[in-house]
Amino acid sequence: MFLINCPFCGEREQSEFKAGGEAHIVRPKQPTELSDDQWAEYLFMRKNIKGIQFERWNHIHGCRKWFNMVRDTSNDEIKAVYKMGEKPPIK
Amino acid sequence: MTKNLRVKSSKLVDETYRISFKFNGTTYYGFKGDTLASALLANNIHLVGRSFKYHRPRGIMTAGSEEPNAIVQLHNGTSRTEPNVRATEIEIYEGLVASSQNCWPSVKFDIGGINNFLSPLLPAGFYYKTFMWPASFWEKYEYFIRKSAGLGKSPDVPDPDIYEHKYIHCDVLVIGAGISGIMAAKTAAKNGFKTLLVEEKSYLGGSTIYQDSEFFKINNQNSASWLEKEINEVKKIENLEIKTRTSVAAFHGYNFLLARENLTDHLPLEQRENKTRQKLLKIRAKKVITATGSIERPLIFDNNDRPGILLSSAIKKYADLFGVACGEKNVLFTNNDSAYETAISLIQKGIKVQAIIDNREEIDSKLIKETEKNNIKIYKGYTIVDTFGYKRINSVSIMKLSKDGQKVIGSKENISCDSLGISGGWTPAVHLFTQSGGKLKFRDDDQVFIPNTYPSNQISIGSCNGDFTLDEILINTPKLLKEFLNITKTEYENIEIFSAFNKSKRNIWLLPSNKIVGKTKSFVDFQNDATAKDIKLALREGFRSIEHVKRYTTTGMGTDQGKLGNMHALGIISETASSKLGELGTTTFRPPYTPLTFGTIVGRNVGKYFDITRKTPIHEWHVENKAEFENVGQWKRAWYYPKNGENMHQAVQRESKAARDSAGILDASTLGKIDIQGTDASEFLNRVYTNAWSKLEIGKCRYGLMLNEDGMVYDDGVTTRLDENHYIMTTTTGGAATVLGKLEDYLQTEWPELDVYLTSVTDHYATISVCGPNSKKIIQKVIPEIDLSDKDFPHMSFRNSIIGKVKCRVMRISFTGEQSYEINIQANYAKSVWENCMEAGKEFNITPYGTETMHLLRAEKGFIIAGQDTDATMTPIDLQMDWIVSKKKFDFIGKRSLYRSDTIREDRKQLVGLITDNPEEILEEGAQIVADMNKTPIEMLGHVTSSYFSPNLKKSIALGVVKGGKNMMGQKLIIPMEKKQINVTVTDPVFLDKENKRLNA
Repeated sequence: MFLINCPFCGEREQSEFKAGGEAHIVRPKQPTELSDDQWAEYLFMRKNIKGIQFERWNHIHGCRKWFNMVRDTSNDEIKAVYKMGEKPPIK
Repeated sequence: MTKNLRVKSSKLVDETYRISFKFNGTTYYGFKGDTLASALLANNIHLVGRSFKYHRPRGIMTAGSEEPNAIVQLHNGTSRTEPNVRATEIEIYEGLVASSQNCWPSVKFDIGGINNFLSPLLPAGFYYKTFMWPASFWEKYEYFIRKSAGLGKSPDVPDPDIYEHKYIHCDVLVIGAGISGIMAAKTAAKNGFKTLLVEEKSYLGGSTIYQDSEFFKINNQNSASWLEKEINEVKKIENLEIKTRTSVAAFHGYNFLLARENLTDHLPLEQRENKTRQKLLKIRAKKVITATGSIERPLIFDNNDRPGILLSSAIKKYADLFGVACGEKNVLFTNNDSAYETAISLIQKGIKVQAIIDNREEIDSKLIKETEKNNIKIYKGYTIVDTFGYKRINSVSIMKLSKDGQKVIGSKENISCDSLGISGGWTPAVHLFTQSGGKLKFRDDDQVFIPNTYPSNQISIGSCNGDFTLDEILINTPKLLKEFLNITKTEYENIEIFSAFNKSKRNIWLLPSNKIVGKTKSFVDFQNDATAKDIKLALREGFRSIEHVKRYTTTGMGTDQGKLGNMHALGIISETASSKLGELGTTTFRPPYTPLTFGTIVGRNVGKYFDITRKTPIHEWHVENKAEFENVGQWKRAWYYPKNGENMHQAVQRESKAARDSAGILDASTLGKIDIQGTDASEFLNRVYTNAWSKLEIGKCRYGLMLNEDGMVYDDGVTTRLDENHYIMTTTTGGAATVLGKLEDYLQTEWPELDVYLTSVTDHYATISVCGPNSKKIIQKVIPEIDLSDKDFPHMSFRNSIIGKVKCRVMRISFTGEQSYEINIQANYAKSVWENCMEAGKEFNITPYGTETMHLLRAEKGFIIAGQDTDATMTPIDLQMDWIVSKKKFDFIGKRSLYRSDTIREDRKQLVGLITDNPEEILEEGAQIVADMNKTPIEMLGHVTSSYFSPNLKKSIALGVVKGGKNMMGQKLIIPMEKKQINVTVTDPVFLDKENKRLNA
């Protein structure tokens, strides 16, 4: 079970958190302008990487804040956590 | 059989404390400190069980948690019965009752033993090959397979014991209290680390604590004496906690471990009352030191499974630690020096060693020389080719090995014996290490897998790290500890070590025989009866991956997870398939390391504590008034209130009629309530609901539908504008938490610029809904201050008011289609307000109704229930709710999805009403809907989502989803049931009061 360093609360156990899928997928500003394919790209297409993955997490049983995490899915190493709207500290 | 094989007093066993216990109905005696296995062996009992597949007689094989065969049922037929308990682990206590498993009628005469003679018909993959044809027979086969499979019997009454969970945080966790674990714990604790040392056995010191001979010395003391002093010191260290009888079950990532601490299993039953039996320790350690030791390997030869055949290290342990001889004529069979350690221990205690058979040729070993001095015949370069004796070994046949070890030569020789110790070298116990994500490497020299890369802050030390001999442990462990703990010095520098052990080994995975492989029964997995022949068959049939071979042959499965024979399976595969063993990999070791009881896993979360139960503030009233309850998520909701022996149908018919004819009252407190504030609250609602909110006046309510981004209906409810920048949103009971979560998600991640604050107030307010033609009169009596005139307080509006001195919110909204008022009041006052309503409504026969009637009333009006009539594939258009989808709004969640090519299909499943031809016939919810019974396959058009008998319409009504249903009004469809077909007509989903006259009646 991970030990996650919530950017607002500090280190807490994974059971306090909820994973929220891939990060940095921005909701289109003008969905009506998009073709079916473009909208489907936003709606359904998600990466499933073995290696460095950018994810959203929510401290659901804590401060309830959403934040981002960089995790190596091959060994579950958490490389970084950072707040929503911030640039990833690593590529 | 009734011989006493106790030979010498020992440290662990208290011979002044005699304990009686029962095994298979007979009373035996042992001493305090004995395990069930050592006590049985002292009584000269080896046969304890039957094997899984062939029902071959099996005995005690080991002296630890790796035991495959000696598994017993404790206290059969009582509430404390437990199957699959390893006799080698359970400590005896006064009154212990154990019995053999997997045999009938008895372990000595087992009918299933016939499988042994049928074994040529039971090859690997037997079940897969045999029971597949004809497919329709599977149900019959399954019955017999289930009956004959499985080891013990599970208890059939509630477990009387108490279990607990406990969190532990420490700087250093040391797993295993053998010599290296003791050294590690002492070093860590003395250097200021808060340390926890856990040991699965009842005593500390591992196998060194009984290594009491002049051939193994540390600083000129026998290693046992040296270690004993260390342990005495360790016990005094303050920041070191020691837990014995504690087995680590799982080693997860980030140094999170689960361990089971056994607190009462060694106590007589009457001393266990009101005590915690087992604790599940949830350990989070900054650093983990794994010192789990190693497990001796058996040797693989024909008939290597008879009772009386044990690991050589187990024979040594029974003699040294328990003072028990496993036989009076012992033969040892080995490929390394370990068996000689056993021989010397036996000689010291005056236990006879007949002979030693050693795979190796000439070896220069001090231990061998010492053994030879005692006139014990050693057959060097020999192997056992067969053993004899059905319920107990009585002799072995040996032959000379060829130079290359591939075949046997010369003539057979027989040696009689009543016990055989086998030693195939040692396998590091890397199970926990690999569970944590650690990667292994293969060491060719002695053919072992050892830890290579660590995924977290941890190390392995001692023999689980491949350091098997005393000198290796004492030289390498301090080095590893210094680096790991970042310290400059340990107490173990410049120690003098003497070890007589010679590391040479002649590793032959499958020993040759004078018979062909197909004619031998050389067991690799003793519990699952997988033989070398089975593994070779699997390879011939094309299996290559070790994981596939494991599942096909069942090697390495079962309660012991193949702790003994897994390496041999790998070895035989690598030899047969000519692939490198290091490249084959191993099967995955999964938690738990040893089985856990369900009690330990669930801890205190049993019965009513299994999950949270949420009750409304009016719950007690419902109980007092004999409501039946329905579980809605964690909530207990009043379902219906049976009167005078009514069944549910009768009660619901009465309640529904009363609600429409005069007045009904419902506890709607479970509805989710979210308080929304902020200058952008209206804009926020515009974005999350499908309809427009900007123009909603203060004091008005509006129904809203919330979609997922994929356009599917997610939740619904009424939201009220309390003030310019203040709304209260209601959600479905089940959706409360997820709706709040979803709204927070959008606020925080997509629209952080919006000034909006969300607060859950579900539990803070109770909601009392009074409906029916007389509801206005009742509310007026309860809240005299309020002006309820239709002009001043019309449908879909809200007023602040006061009851006594308590503020309340009153909404005129309706989920039944009747004129209806909802009082929202601070939860503490809810029950008295409810009672006020009951009192005020007495003259109007106010009738409390539950969720079932609520569902019926809303179905009459064709109102959907999100989650019952919708299932995450329904758009508002599918629900015929186009009216609530704003065409003008630029965007809202899910808008774009409403005109994807898939969502605009005309033949999507759409919500319709269904009227049965026979008005008495009530449809089953979930029943399939079809049009043509003659077409094959019959096309399923949809299914029934809600169905009731309406007492107000005096006929059966139903809602359902039907492909293209919108354009099928008036069409006849069929509901095929098991014994009949029900004819229905498609209608509009609104059955009652289409013009909404009753809302203002």
